[in-house]
Amino acid sequence: MTATEETPTTTGVPFTLNGVELEAHEGENLIDACDRLGVHIPRFCYHPRMTPVGMCRMCLVEIDTGRGPALQPSCMMTVSPNMVVNTESEATVKAQDGVLELLLINHPLDCPVCDKGGECPLQDNAYAFGPGESRFVEEKRHYEKPIPISDLVYLDRERCILCDRCTRFADEVAGDPLIHFVDRGAQTQVNTFPDHPFSSYFSGNTVQICPVGALTAKPYRFKARPWDLTGVESTAAVDSTGARVAVQSSQNRLVRVLGVDSDAVNWGWLSDKERFIHEATDAEDRLTDPLTRDANGEFVVRRWVDANRAAGEALSGDADRIGVIGGARLPLEAQFLWARLLEAKGITNVDAQLGDGLDPAIVSGAPRATIERACNPGGVVVLLGADPKEELPSLFLRLRHAVAEDGVKLIELTPRASGLSSYAKARLHALPGTAAEVAAAISTGASAAVGGVDAAELAKAAELLGSGAPVTVLVGRANLAESPDVTVAALSALHDLVPDLAVLSGLRRGNVHGAIEMGLTPNADGTEAILTAAVDGRIDTLVLLGADPMADVPNRDLAEAAFAAVSTVVSVDTFNTASTARADVVLPAAAWGEVDGTFCNLEGRLSPLAAKVTAPGQARADWIIAAEVAAAAGVDLEVTTLGETRARMSAEVDALAGIDLDALEGEADGPLLAGDHAWSLSAPSVSVPPVDGYGLRLLVDRTLWDEGTMVHHAPSLAHLATTASVSVAPGVLDRLGVAAGDTVSVGHANGSIELPIKADGRLPEGVARVPYRANGFDAGALIGDGPVVDVRIDRVGS
Amino acid sequence: MSRLNPANVTLAHEIISHYPKKKSALIPLLHLAQEQDGYVADDAMEHIAELVEVTPAEVLGTCSFYEMFKRHPVGTYMINVCTNIACQLMGGEELLHHAEETLGIRPGGTTDDGLFTLEDVECIAACTEAPCLQVNYRHEYRLSTDDFDALVADLRSGKRSDIPAHGTLGTVRQHIPADRRAGIRHPDDEGTPAWFASRQPAES
Repeated sequence: MTATEETPTTTGVPFTLNGVELEAHEGENLIDACDRLGVHIPRFCYHPRMTPVGMCRMCLVEIDTGRGPALQPSCMMTVSPNMVVNTESEATVKAQDGVLELLLINHPLDCPVCDKGGECPLQDNAYAFGPGESRFVEEKRHYEKPIPISDLVYLDRERCILCDRCTRFADEVAGDPLIHFVDRGAQTQVNTFPDHPFSSYFSGNTVQICPVGALTAKPYRFKARPWDLTGVESTAAVDSTGARVAVQSSQNRLVRVLGVDSDAVNWGWLSDKERFIHEATDAEDRLTDPLTRDANGEFVVRRWVDANRAAGEALSGDADRIGVIGGARLPLEAQFLWARLLEAKGITNVDAQLGDGLDPAIVSGAPRATIERACNPGGVVVLLGADPKEELPSLFLRLRHAVAEDGVKLIELTPRASGLSSYAKARLHALPGTAAEVAAAISTGASAAVGGVDAAELAKAAELLGSGAPVTVLVGRANLAESPDVTVAALSALHDLVPDLAVLSGLRRGNVHGAIEMGLTPNADGTEAILTAAVDGRIDTLVLLGADPMADVPNRDLAEAAFAAVSTVVSVDTFNTASTARADVVLPAAAWGEVDGTFCNLEGRLSPLAAKVTAPGQARADWIIAAEVAAAAGVDLEVTTLGETRARMSAEVDALAGIDLDALEGEADGPLLAGDHAWSLSAPSVSVPPVDGYGLRLLVDRTLWDEGTMVHHAPSLAHLATTASVSVAPGVLDRLGVAAGDTVSVGHANGSIELPIKADGRLPEGVARVPYRANGFDAGALIGDGPVVDVRIDRVGS
Repeated sequence: MSRLNPANVTLAHEIISHYPKKKSALIPLLHLAQEQDGYVADDAMEHIAELVEVTPAEVLGTCSFYEMFKRHPVGTYMINVCTNIACQLMGGEELLHHAEETLGIRPGGTTDDGLFTLEDVECIAACTEAPCLQVNYRHEYRLSTDDFDALVADLRSGKRSDIPAHGTLGTVRQHIPADRRAGIRHPDDEGTPAWFASRQPAES
């Protein structure tokens, strides 16, 4: 103790490593310090993002802390002053050799047929530190060869070395401890409970961190050998978190995506959607050729010049009569070019969102938070939006760690309990339509419940928000059946209470934040207004940039009417969708993994999108399509390469000033867009009708696995899509006199539909939930024009 | 077989209330399930998982660690014959072979009438009384093969009322009224333990 007190606090902890005097950080783990100082210690169980457990004993090194040298696992030792460490001593070498010999006793030597062979830590360590031969002549342990522990992951228990990485990940990172050590001693194995599969949204991470071939991913099994793979670093674009990934291909096909550890974003973890959605790139029914309609209205394959001319003509009409929807899935460069083209043409009816997002003023009109700020210990996070576990799963893992481990305090202001609910300090489950009233009641206090929220919960929230801790609000669209104005009004009320709050945008769709920055934003009321104008005959041309309004706009009747009313539809897309089927000109675009570009995540952080395989058929990169369509429309964008586009962007976009888009690759975290935002949101007024006595207020939200275009085209994921149902609180089930699984009729303003009913303990009373884009029924049909939707559930036949 | 019955659910809630963290009641509830059915059924494990708010996999992990929690049906009487060194020298293996022949089952097996399960066990701490065995963990000492036959006959005819069915917990049940319980506080509310605080450097 006295030694540390005498050392000045600014220096590190002095210790001796293999005879060299070095310094470690205060409290630094020995194995981390050795990694940092360039001395590699072999390990299996240690993972820098998880609690050390000392299970595998591979990292034994000789340590002398003044009581003589002894073998200690380096992952379990904090460097102490004047510690003497020897990672190369005779005792260390013998111990590591012995550990490997023991680990290899039961490990099968089937490396030639094992997916891990060639990139296997056990193989590598056995070569580098192992005995080279075994003295074990007895029968090895046998188990049934790979058993599926979930829809996506297989487990081969014979290969398992019981390092506790997957089970630790499931428990402490994902919070889904559905796999566990079972039995004991020589019989110990990892397994699930019978009929309770490891159905975690994050199960694929266990495959990536498994140090042997025990866990393999169904989509990658036997697809390639590691030495055949080539890879690039890229960014997962399936949601707006922008998790960093390594994309690997073999024979010009994407075969695997691995998480890359980025301190600022995803810490190396990915959701299964980000990990396996690359399968969609390889799908059979990709759009491969430009199409236009012939005289009979049938699609015909055209040359690019002809299709471009048709698209250029469509864009050259009366600018006020053209509406442009989409662009959130495009790389930043293509968004920039499209924005310049539309600007040159004077087209202002533009929206990158599909009516299922929020006013982009949330992004530009409020001080922007980073993930780091939200997860900083001591802060307060308000969840005012959709469940991040369902919509932004990589962000969910960061937030979960922050609230579960780092003492960040969470206030839930959501229509139902989220995946983070068990860690929340205040749970304000506001009845749909009342979030703004509830937010306002936090500051004024209430003697009775407001919007179904107890006064006690309101008081807890008031105390947390008034504590002076930095407040970050994660804002998203919690309920697609509710007007987005309710959320903005609630945010505004929170701002009145905490003037220096920062906003982390929860807009979920891929590169939507890039689209907003590049100017693909509405000048008026967005997609719904564009579609309404089309229905009213004020717009006759629709241009769809990777958008499928027929499936994505919540108000489905409106989308249907708009498509019926317009005379020309131009669609730039990667897949045949409900909207491309109704288009007049279809331009095939290259998909994720086929184009270079830039991604802007929900923090405004830029990272590279990289091309790994070639696009099918004649499909082209979006930026080329934009430039060529512009040329056909008589607008010269003055770019012929991606580099020239980037140069224009750096020169013309203030937020990109000083950022070299060509140098993003290899940057660990990626730069943040420049520019501070002052608060400039005004509270919209929404009047929400009271709930009638029989009614339940409708909640429509997304689940990770839905009938979305990408999930639908990924063979391993398509069957995971949630099936349609209506769920209510268990008490409501009793009140209605129905049992879970019964078919009920859900009556709404436009009629009624029949759905199976389920109990959901996460729902408050008075709310009925229907998942959006579920298999079998799309909740879009329930959503109309009002600020909220009330439904009535009846027994069928009564 | 089944989930906990209503009487046991009431008891389970009382047991859970003895602990600051629900999860701590896991092992007592596994005992309760084994008492109810004679073994710990999968359904019971799922039920316990719901009661103590953990996943079924975690319950299985704990349950399967302990050999005396049986996860498959066993006989009313679990006969553990010791074949460790002292008993082996005094005829333990012969006793086990005799048991196998008499009952018609191998170690690990259960008789067709569901009355007996035979197990071959390591030392059960009665070496001075070898050869010995346990019936539902109650010792029988210095058994000859005839003694064994007599024991089985007594068990079959119900003369051994001192040996309750497998899984039965103690006959004396503890019910601690809420006002007489020691202060149950959640570890998170305890603050820094004194022994730990004394070793922390004083804050300046």
